[in-house]
Amino acid sequence: MSRVHVTCTINGDPAEFLCDGGQTLLDALRDEVGLTGAKEGCGTGDCGACSIVMDGRLLCSCLVLAPEAEGTSISTVEGMATGDDLHPLQQCFLEGAALQCGVCTPGFLVAAKALLDRNPDPTETEIRYGLAGNLCRCTGYDKIVRAVQAAAERLSG
Amino acid sequence: MTVTEPKPRYKYVGTRPVRHDGLEKVTGRARFAADLNLPGQLHGIVVRSPHAHARITSIDTSEAEAMPGVKAVITSEDFPAVAPGHRQYDMCVNVIARDKVFYEGHALAAVAASTRDQAQAAAAAVKVEYEVLPAVLTIDQALAPDAPVLHAHMMTAGANPPAEEASNISNITRFSSGTDMDAGFAEADLVMEREFTTRPVHQGYIEPHACVADTGQDGHTTIWCSSQGHFNVRSSTATLLGWENTRIRVIPAEIGGGFGGKTTIYLEPLAVALSAKAGRPVKMVMTRDEVFRATGPAPGTKLRIKLGAQSDGNLVAGDAYLIYTNGAYAGPGGLLGAMTVFESYNIPHFDIEALDVVINTARSAAYRAPAAPLTAYAMETLLDEVAEELGIDAMELRLKNAVTEGEPSTMGFPFARIGFVECLEAVRDHPHFSAPLGPNQGRGLAAGYWFNIGESSSATVNLNEDGTATVVTGSPDIGGSRASMALMAAEELGIDPMDIRPVVGDTEAVGFTDITEGSRATFATGMAVVEACRKMVVELRGRAAKMMGVDVDDVDWVDGQAVYTGSDSDKDPLSVADICAKAKRTGGPLTATGSLEAHGAGPGFAVHLCDVEVDPETGVVRVVRYTASQDAGTAIHPSYVEGQIQGGVAQGVGWALNEEYIYDSDGVMENPSFLDYRVPVASDLPMIDAIIVEVPNPAHPYGVRGVGETGIVPPIPAVANAIYDATGCRIRDLPMSPIRVLEAITANGGSNGS
Repeated sequence: MSRVHVTCTINGDPAEFLCDGGQTLLDALRDEVGLTGAKEGCGTGDCGACSIVMDGRLLCSCLVLAPEAEGTSISTVEGMATGDDLHPLQQCFLEGAALQCGVCTPGFLVAAKALLDRNPDPTETEIRYGLAGNLCRCTGYDKIVRAVQAAAERLSG
Repeated sequence: MTVTEPKPRYKYVGTRPVRHDGLEKVTGRARFAADLNLPGQLHGIVVRSPHAHARITSIDTSEAEAMPGVKAVITSEDFPAVAPGHRQYDMCVNVIARDKVFYEGHALAAVAASTRDQAQAAAAAVKVEYEVLPAVLTIDQALAPDAPVLHAHMMTAGANPPAEEASNISNITRFSSGTDMDAGFAEADLVMEREFTTRPVHQGYIEPHACVADTGQDGHTTIWCSSQGHFNVRSSTATLLGWENTRIRVIPAEIGGGFGGKTTIYLEPLAVALSAKAGRPVKMVMTRDEVFRATGPAPGTKLRIKLGAQSDGNLVAGDAYLIYTNGAYAGPGGLLGAMTVFESYNIPHFDIEALDVVINTARSAAYRAPAAPLTAYAMETLLDEVAEELGIDAMELRLKNAVTEGEPSTMGFPFARIGFVECLEAVRDHPHFSAPLGPNQGRGLAAGYWFNIGESSSATVNLNEDGTATVVTGSPDIGGSRASMALMAAEELGIDPMDIRPVVGDTEAVGFTDITEGSRATFATGMAVVEACRKMVVELRGRAAKMMGVDVDDVDWVDGQAVYTGSDSDKDPLSVADICAKAKRTGGPLTATGSLEAHGAGPGFAVHLCDVEVDPETGVVRVVRYTASQDAGTAIHPSYVEGQIQGGVAQGVGWALNEEYIYDSDGVMENPSFLDYRVPVASDLPMIDAIIVEVPNPAHPYGVRGVGETGIVPPIPAVANAIYDATGCRIRDLPMSPIRVLEAITANGGSNGS
């Protein structure tokens, strides 16, 4: 089977890769592009560890076929920091100890950024429902929610 | 935070710096096992049994071997034979089945090919013929007189009189006060007895098992993998392959959660064998479906407890009959249940009998305070009933009977200083305890206990030329332990924690270290770090004395500096950096190690208070407020202590309300995905108020008690007691899912039938 050539934008940079027609975008990002920040926790869209933003929409990249990325603009956790400057969400996750094992963290950061881009001043309930597509088994979510609250405050300040 | 005992003031211990591995984890750079790819790497796929119980009559790999891209196919024939009686027989035959498969998903062959798709196609082409056997799927089936016996060699250990025939009972544990139980219960004014059932649940770590193995022509292999103990991966892999340990190097990747489930191995020996056969590196990554079917679960149970209490609330007698299923092989569930069921309370007359039973489901693995959440479910809900029946406040009943220092445990040893009463008081004094409840809401109180363990740990401290330090340990970091190692080292050496690089060393870089389990990393490996640092300080004083030209006895180590205390003349203090800069002239590199078998792991106690709101129309239970106290001894990094408590609560709430393995009548798991096996998400939970109680453990230089496990023990009974308070319904069958709650409410004649 011949491979599909995909041209897109990833984290602001032009990118191209070859993929199989049936390959998930998650696998293509990890194995073809070399961005392993997005993780596969389930492969069925239930855990959110593979969260990315494609053309402004928060998606589970395990549910997107890689060829669908043609012509799109993709953001991953690797694109959140600007040079040495962490995104306030990243900074607040660190300061607030909002991660333990850290495997769900990239997905949470991407999903939380998508939430704050849409709703800069969310209530606790809005944060909890906004992140309900992301599973964390370590933290009990308490410190994650607080970190998102702190980041929202920092971003608006 | 509640500080219950005066403790020394520390400069770094007890502070909350950003963890050292944090930056890599928030930028997506941290390398978990599935993130690694090697040049020339093949992909390995496991062939698994579709049957819960079957004899393998033949395996034909010829077609698979001829398929495109396939470089190696292995079966149990590629491993040395093992026979019952072998020290790790169960582990060996669980990793790759020999003549029989014992559960759906049991591995029996593996394939390596150039691509994952090719490997999957070839795995599907491995032809296995089975003689399907009747499956034993429940405790009752396993114990039925005519039950099929899973293992012809399984003679019940601990049976009295000794077992003469094989059965599905692997082990019987008996602990007793040795007193007359009838007389004990006769002293009671109230005797209550209740039965409980629970189903297996999964640890649910988000990262599936993964590894890469690269076996060279020299017969040595390197394994990169996600595990809670890479030395255990080495020894287990060596055992399966019949190799010496020196042929295997295991490099720990970041681990994406374990909770006990990554204390055993599944893939690594297969990857090594495939790699050896193909002469190429082999990567293996489980799917979530495989994780559910073939790894983990915590045992299901049937529990019966009888308690006798006097009218003033004094507990006088307890009888427990506990049955745990450990899946297809012998396991410690019942033993651990017996060790925990009555441990929190003074009960002069007790008799505990526990059975471990095998059935045709995946082999159980440890899950955070293994077995204890279930004994707590039974014991702590029954205590609530006793309190209500006696008209005594549930908190008072617990305070009255709580174990304290010097009192004997049911295991026979006297407790050292413990913080159970302090944990109870911390919750009693919390505003939550007396806050008003809303309509359809109820409040539940429960306590939990876990003994914690010590085991072997090693650490090496290397001082660098610039005065910074590298601390190498052998403990995989599953929840922030690197930060706690750096904090303890900083305190000892007197240098900033950010000038210390804590590293998890591979099996060739640091001394033997047991698995990160039993809440032991910060306790035991921390002790090894402290030991190494103290040796280092002795060395630093000697070096400083040389530099100053004075006697070493006149040099003290104060706040990270060598200070001359003699009276001859003034000498400027020397910092670590000063001494490191001159190390070549004073004796060479500065390195020190600590290796020890840690004893005195302080038992952990926790007390939880949970408010739920029950929808009487649907039976849906929402946790609306949660407060959890736990004795941490000393919190080295309080944020990660809180995190352990909060994480344990979330897992326990999931166990209480939603989580269960569901099998069809043939033993095929019906819910092997996070869609159908529902773990709590952020919108299911409130904030979790973690109260750290600090009653220092006398056996640890900083007073540390392990904190990783105890927090999962009280949530199930706390939720159950809260549901009772809200609805008047006692639910003694887990999970307390909407359907069961609704059935209970309906059977009880309405929404608040108490």
